[in-house]
Order: sequence, then structure tokens, then C-alpha cells
Amino acid sequence: MRLEPRASASPAATLLWPAGAIVATLLISSLLVMLAGASPLTVFWLVFKGAAGSQFALLETLTRATPLIFTGLAVAVAFRARLWNIGAEAQLYLGAVMTVVLGTGAVAMPSAGLIPLIMIAAMLTGALALLGPAVLKTRFGVDEVVTTLLLNFIVLLFVSMLLEGPLKDPMGLGWPQSQRVIADAQLPRLIKGKRLHFGFVLALASAIVVWVIMKKTVLGYEMRAVGHNAEAARFAGIPVNRVIVKTALLSGGLAALAGFSEVAGLKGNLTLDLSPGYGYTGIVVAMLAMLNPLGVVAAAIFVAGIFVGADAMSRSANVPSYIAQVMVATSLLTMVAAIMLMRYRVRWR
Amino acid sequence: MSEAFDILFTVSFWVAAIRIASPLIFATMGELICERAGVLNLGIEGIMVAGAFTGWFTVYMGGDLWTGVLVAALTGAAFGFLHGFLTVPLGLSQHVTGIGITLLASSLTYFTYRILLPEVTSPPKIEPFQPLPVLVLSDIPVLGPALFNQTPLTYLAYLSVAAVAFVLYRTPVGVAVRAVGENPAAVEAQGISVTAVRMGAVMAGSALMAVGGAFLTMSAFNSFFFEMINGRGWIAIALVVFGSWRPGKALLGAILFAAFDAYQVRLQQITGGVIPSQIFLMMPFVLSIVALVVVARRASYPKALMTPYQKGER
Repeated sequence: MRLEPRASASPAATLLWPAGAIVATLLISSLLVMLAGASPLTVFWLVFKGAAGSQFALLETLTRATPLIFTGLAVAVAFRARLWNIGAEAQLYLGAVMTVVLGTGAVAMPSAGLIPLIMIAAMLTGALALLGPAVLKTRFGVDEVVTTLLLNFIVLLFVSMLLEGPLKDPMGLGWPQSQRVIADAQLPRLIKGKRLHFGFVLALASAIVVWVIMKKTVLGYEMRAVGHNAEAARFAGIPVNRVIVKTALLSGGLAALAGFSEVAGLKGNLTLDLSPGYGYTGIVVAMLAMLNPLGVVAAAIFVAGIFVGADAMSRSANVPSYIAQVMVATSLLTMVAAIMLMRYRVRWR
Repeated sequence: MSEAFDILFTVSFWVAAIRIASPLIFATMGELICERAGVLNLGIEGIMVAGAFTGWFTVYMGGDLWTGVLVAALTGAAFGFLHGFLTVPLGLSQHVTGIGITLLASSLTYFTYRILLPEVTSPPKIEPFQPLPVLVLSDIPVLGPALFNQTPLTYLAYLSVAAVAFVLYRTPVGVAVRAVGENPAAVEAQGISVTAVRMGAVMAGSALMAVGGAFLTMSAFNSFFFEMINGRGWIAIALVVFGSWRPGKALLGAILFAAFDAYQVRLQQITGGVIPSQIFLMMPFVLSIVALVVVARRASYPKALMTPYQKGER
């Protein structure tokens, strides 16, 4: 078999293939649900209800989507320039570390000044975390996939060290957790008494800013050119290495915002389970969104819905909530395949 | 200080080093085969998780230990087929697909574990492979017990290096595998299907990775627990680069790395908590990055690595 590029994807193909991907994902997860001894329809209904069936469920989904929007944007930006940043998890944690370092009383100023200060500092930390792999790539030709993956482990151990050492909460009864951030460093809740916080608004704003950067600025154009064909871009006079470094700074900064927003908006302090793999899930989010910054918002809400819904479902039906991870991974694989089939025609020969 | 030095001359240190190296050897050989055929396999981490589980579970259900190894290998081959199908004929991004395979294989494993063993609080144990001293060879001082008083799976790991080296450099299949990683069009011109060779290499490589995972549950330890692969797959990828895609060098890299890992554990005991344990735990990962930087400049990677091949293009 071989693939032939389609001149232009027909409207039917653009609709049918992604729809097929969703159907395939649902079929595969149905099979697993049946293996677990439950009825797929009941389980999917429970997942849907758990994700969007009430005001509480919806708000919970949006709360869970917030860090995923940030990491999804981080990955989308990087992958667009073919910088394979698999280290959003590390950048997220470093952003969270900086939030705790500055936000637990070390700096005293009104929140109108303190929050932007922490935000910028967190972004810088994340940006620096990806600067290393980016420079190793451009200077030494070291594959950034491996370095960013390995850095995830290094950073998590580093955070664990901080939480048992200098950042440890003396009142924490010995648990490896940081002190809570002071009131002035906290992001306000959007609705009184609910968990959805201002970080969600920041995430939406970031998506718009990233969209503008990607579509309307020279940097965005250069990033797309480098991602499309680095050789051609270099030939056209685009400083490829400099573009890669700039991309890395932007991507790392965005991922760090996820950590900032989780600590300052939701959790209040830093623990080792701050992120259940938001950095890796960001890759799925970005791919489902076809690397479109605005699409990232929709994809993040969709993925968050599966996670939140599956949690609720597993409490009432006897199906492990790991089904959510399986669904998300399956949807990633079926969707990338669908996008390929949308753009290419398969010739059997 | 001399204490830190003396470690290097203890038998137990070298025994541990070879034990730590064994799963890495399987995984590194597996990744090496895939990459020599031009396919980066980032599914490795998840494939190791899956292999660790299915091998262990087979034995837990009353199967023979070697049946467990076979089941693990077949599990790996199945995920290899999926990765191969998506990246070779469909030509999808090897990065994204690989990450997807890792997410899928590990989540599927955890899901299955929870379904099959819903009530367990502490992971159930099996009777794992026992050390099997090789006659005469195991009597050599220091080296003997380190190399030849290990479990049969470690010997299989040695064997896998010899087999991979032999097949790659001494057989027509190996020539085809190396050629599709360097110049697929030339292979196609010979009337050999690039797709078939690449698919076969990815499946065989993934089977080896899964056996590497199974080593942990069936030889190094005796039960399956979550997060037990803990980055070993990613380290294997670094080791392939470090070994510049050659089985012998990669083996050396794996042993060096494992020796270092075994050393840091012992050093940690000597220093007695003055230095945070995390620093020691970080070192293998830091070392991997340093090794990559050292070799990257003169790395001669397979020319067609990460380039999908379409018949008739160019």
C-alpha cells in the first residue's frame, strides 16, 4: 500500500476521518469496559454525567482543563517548530517551585504586584528548563526528546529533595509538602465557594496570545517555517537555531504557568503529586487540537472531561478509572492516524 | 575515601551491576534493532511496563517461567506491530506515535491489573528465576560470580547481544535491516519490501524490550508494581545513542551505566545521609544526558532514522 497526498482534503474527509477516530476510540474502550464486566452504554453515560451532567461536574471539568490548556499550548508551540518538548512535566514542576519560593511570604507586596511578579518568575524558570535541551540540540546536536524525558525524572527528584529540605513545611507533620502560599499570592476563585479559579481565565488568555503569536507575528511565521522544513527555512535566511531557542523559551514558560496556576489557584501548596502527568497529557491535547492554539482549549476540556467523568464513573460502576488514560491514549493514536488519512489517499497496490 | 574505593573490589557490587544491566541490555538491544531499521521507538517505556506485567501474570496464573518470558515477548511484539503499522505504512510521526504507544501500553496494563486483581493491597509474589551458576566459569574470582552466577534471564540477555550482532552483521536479514535504516530506496530497488523489513525489525525489537521489562518482575524482583520501569526505557534510548548504534558498544554502555548505578547505591550507604538521597538517584539520569552530549557530535546515526519511506517517492 502507498499514500498519495490529496490535493485538498474534501469536506467529507475532514469530517468523516476524525469522527471515525472517535468511534474507534469508543469501540475499543467499550471492549475494555465489557472485559471489566460492565455495560459500555451505562459506563459512557456515567462518564458523560460525571463530566458535564451538573454545574458541579462542568466546573470540575474546566478546573481540570486549566493545567492541560497550558501544557497543551506548550507542546503545540514546540511541536509546530518541530522542537520535541516531552518535558512539560518538568517545566510545570519548576514553575510550581518558583511560585512557592516567592509566594509563601518571601516577597511582601499587594497581590496586584505580587501575582504578576510570581507569574513572570515562574515562566522564566520553565523557560530556562527548556533552554538547556534546546541549546544542547542546536549546539551539540543532542536529541531533545531524550534530554527532556530524562529531565522530567531529574526535576521530580529535585522537587522531592526541596520538599524534604529547604521548602519543607515545618508544620506539615513530616509530609513532603511546602508551606501554603500567602493570601496575596493566591489567584481568586471565579465563583465563590467553587474550585474553578482565575487560572482558567489566564489559560484562555494565553491561548489567544499564542494564537496571535503563531498566526500574526514574524516569530510565528518563522516557527512554522522551521517546523515545515528547517533546511528550506535556513536557505530562506531564517535564523533556525535562534527560532528554536525562542520557541523553547515560549514553550517552557507556558508549561510553567500550569504549575503556577495549580499552586496559586487550586492546591495552595506544592506536593509531589501536584501533576498526575499533565505534561504528558499535554502532548495528547496538542495533537488532538492539530497544534492549533484555540483548538487546544477545546481539546483540553474534552480530555479533562474524560478524566473527571471517569473518576466519577469508577466510584459508582466497578470499572477502574484507568479507563480514562486508555481512552486518551487511544484517541491520540486514532486521531493522528485519522489526520493522516484525511490528507492522504491510501492506494492498495 | 578508601571505603568508597573498596566497593569496586567487592563481588556483590559486580553481581548487582550485572543484575541492573540485564533489563537495560534487553531494552537497549530492542531499541537498537528498531533504530537500525530507521524507526525510533518511544513506545519502549510502556512496552516494558506491559511485558513486566504479562510475563509476571502468566507465572502467577500457574504458567512456567519460560512461558512467561514468551508471553512477555509476544506482548511486546503486538505493541511493536501497532507502532510499526502506524509509523511504517501510515508514516505517522514516530515521536508522537511512540509517546502514544507508551501511554497506551502502560495505561492498558494498569487497567488490566486492576481488573484481574481487584482486591489486592500488596502485590502478590511469584517464584522468580533463581541464580544458576555456570560450571567452571563461575569459579573465576570476582568476574565468575558476577557474570556467571546470575539467573538464566541474564544469560539470555548476553545471548541477545550476540544474536543481534550476528544477525545484523552476518546475515542477509541483517543487511536488509541496516539498509532500510540507511537507504530504503536502494533496498526497494533490490525487490525487498521496506515495509516488511521495518515492521519485522520493530516487532522483534519490541519483543526484546518487553522481555527487559519482564526481567524486573521475574528475575530481579518477584512481583509487579506500578511505576517499576521508572525511566529505564528512556535510559535505553540514551544508551543506543551512546553505543553509536552498535550492539557491542551499547552492551558496554549498559554495563558501565549499571555499574555506576550500583555504585551510587553503595556510596549512599557510606555517606550516611549527609548528601540527600535524591542527588544519588538523579545521577543515572544526569549521567545519561552527559553521555549523550559527549558522543552527540560524532554520532553516526542511521541516515533514514525517523524518515518514513513511501514507495516511488524520489
